[in-house]
Amino acid sequence: MSSFTHSVYLDSEKCKGCINCIKRCPTGAIRVRGGKAHIIKEFCIDCGECVRVCPHHAKKTRYDSLDTMKEYKYKVALPAPSFYAQFNNVTDTGIILKALIKLGFDAVFEVAAAAEMVSEMSRKYIADHPEGKPYISTACPSIIRLIRVRFPELIDRMLPIITPADLAAQLAAAEAMEKTGLKREEIGIFFLSPCPAKVTSVADPLGIEKSEIDRVLAIKKVYTALLPHMKHDDAGDNEYKRAGRIGVSWGITGGEVGGLLIDNYIAADGIENVIRVLEDLEDSKISGVDFIELNSCTGGCVGGVLQVENPYVAKTKLKLLRKYMPIAGSHLDGKVPENSFWTKEVEFIPVFRLGATPKESMEIMQKIDELAEALPGLDCGSCGAPSCRALAEDIIRGVANERDCIHLLKRYLHKISSDLNSL
Amino acid sequence: MCMTMKLHFDVSGEDFTRAGEASGKVKSKLKQLGIAPDAVRRVAIALYEGEINLVIHAGGGEIDVEISPENIKMVLSDKGPGIADVEKAMTEGFSTATESIRSLGFGAGMGLPNMKKYSDEMKIDTKLGEGTRIFMQINL
Ligand SMILES: Nc1ncnc2c1ncn2[C@@H]1O[C@H](COP(=O)(O)OP(=O)(O)OP(=O)(O)O)[C@@H](O)[C@H]1O
Ligand code: SF4
Ligand SMILES: [Mg+2]
Repeated sequence: MSSFTHSVYLDSEKCKGCINCIKRCPTGAIRVRGGKAHIIKEFCIDCGECVRVCPHHAKKTRYDSLDTMKEYKYKVALPAPSFYAQFNNVTDTGIILKALIKLGFDAVFEVAAAAEMVSEMSRKYIADHPEGKPYISTACPSIIRLIRVRFPELIDRMLPIITPADLAAQLAAAEAMEKTGLKREEIGIFFLSPCPAKVTSVADPLGIEKSEIDRVLAIKKVYTALLPHMKHDDAGDNEYKRAGRIGVSWGITGGEVGGLLIDNYIAADGIENVIRVLEDLEDSKISGVDFIELNSCTGGCVGGVLQVENPYVAKTKLKLLRKYMPIAGSHLDGKVPENSFWTKEVEFIPVFRLGATPKESMEIMQKIDELAEALPGLDCGSCGAPSCRALAEDIIRGVANERDCIHLLKRYLHKISSDLNSL
Repeated sequence: MCMTMKLHFDVSGEDFTRAGEASGKVKSKLKQLGIAPDAVRRVAIALYEGEINLVIHAGGGEIDVEISPENIKMVLSDKGPGIADVEKAMTEGFSTATESIRSLGFGAGMGLPNMKKYSDEMKIDTKLGEGTRIFMQINL
């Protein structure tokens, strides 16, 4: 059973108790109680929408600090493909890779290189298992989490291949041990993450027992530290540059399917759009497609909340950057890396279910329906719940009160005052 | 006490973009109730087909759903043109949909056959010029 670990958290000092986040959360996971927001951990999928929307910057992401580099004898940086799209005037990834070394890393393993291998494995897996089509991509951990709690019928459609970041970590760790003779714990594998979802997936992986990633850094933090080390003279090939166009393209929507070399696919991004695609897929309204790429963030990982650049600008930068790259730089060479498939079942966790049995749930739902009828139906959010119905559910669950509704409270106060007047 | 939950929906014949609203709402209720995922999916598919038929062929209508721990009963009723030959309408591939409807991706003649396939019981009452009433049941 999962522990519901999360990387998005609230800075309660900064939280003003406004209702921007509760309205935006795609799974209805946030409530404002006692003047502060609370995240219901069972519902949260770490998509980062609340981080994006909070005007007071009270929603934050947990990640490791650059100082943790000191803890390891040998450090490898794993830049996400979207990382390359953050910089101005960079026409060659060599500049970025070299700068990472100057920043203090001993080696760099491009996630984009591992992505090319995942593309190759995916092509083969889909061809060998046509019965499971259409497959859903599993590179975005937010989407896996969403499916796990809301779309049980679709769990079997998820492509059971580990993420490019996890594969890169495995390969990088093995390479580093071989090269240095150091013990595994003396080597630090650092993933440069676009989002909280990836941070969570390292602490609480789905589909695999354990991630080989040791530390997760935020792209925005590395970005600032890296700028002074970027030099145009470093353009060109170097030993760390192994990814081509297919791998780098994983950073934007359509990149993963691009690597599958098929036409009959769907590529959707933005969590609300993704939910619509999943609903339609669940209802068998989608046919004739082999693969469905889903990214929680608009634009794909360039839209992650730990990025620096505007996702649309980043997308253009990435396209310019990949223009003169070879189609792919990394290949499987006939052998599939060990542990590159899921070994653990992703289980359905019915967190939204009301009761233990359908009968009990029906009794509960009837009570909720009655209560919801009595509420004003304005969905104003003043009670701290995203909708009147959500408040009704909270009241029945015993975590809220009818008088949390300011409209009912007003009515109640009116009644008291007129009762007093008539004394 | 026999536990049931009733839901009612008016389906507009004018607004194509809203077709699917009723089946979507039923689906999310069933999920919250913890009904088996496979049954939820069958209800969603069968009901959506019926809902679309109401919009395309009957100018709208009504949907009544009754949920109990034993089964889910659905009634789709309309005051549309009625179905001339039910047996024919039930055959895969039969459709009277116009060219413009087909261009929207409907009219494969698979709706009624799918409703039959995904439900455990199905009954059609129809009278030309008066309307159609379709009953479907899915057992849990
Ligand atoms: N509620 C209804 N009122 C009148 N006629 C109907 C109704 N439902 C179905 N029909 C008739 O039955 C035919 C077959 O229906 P069915 O749902 O199987 O196929 P379709 O709607 O034409 O195409 P598809 O459902 O594949 O998009 C329709 O073309 C129509 O003539
Ligand atoms: S789309 Fe990419 S950046 Fe956004 S949540 Fe998913 S993995 Fe993270
Ligand atoms: Mg039809």
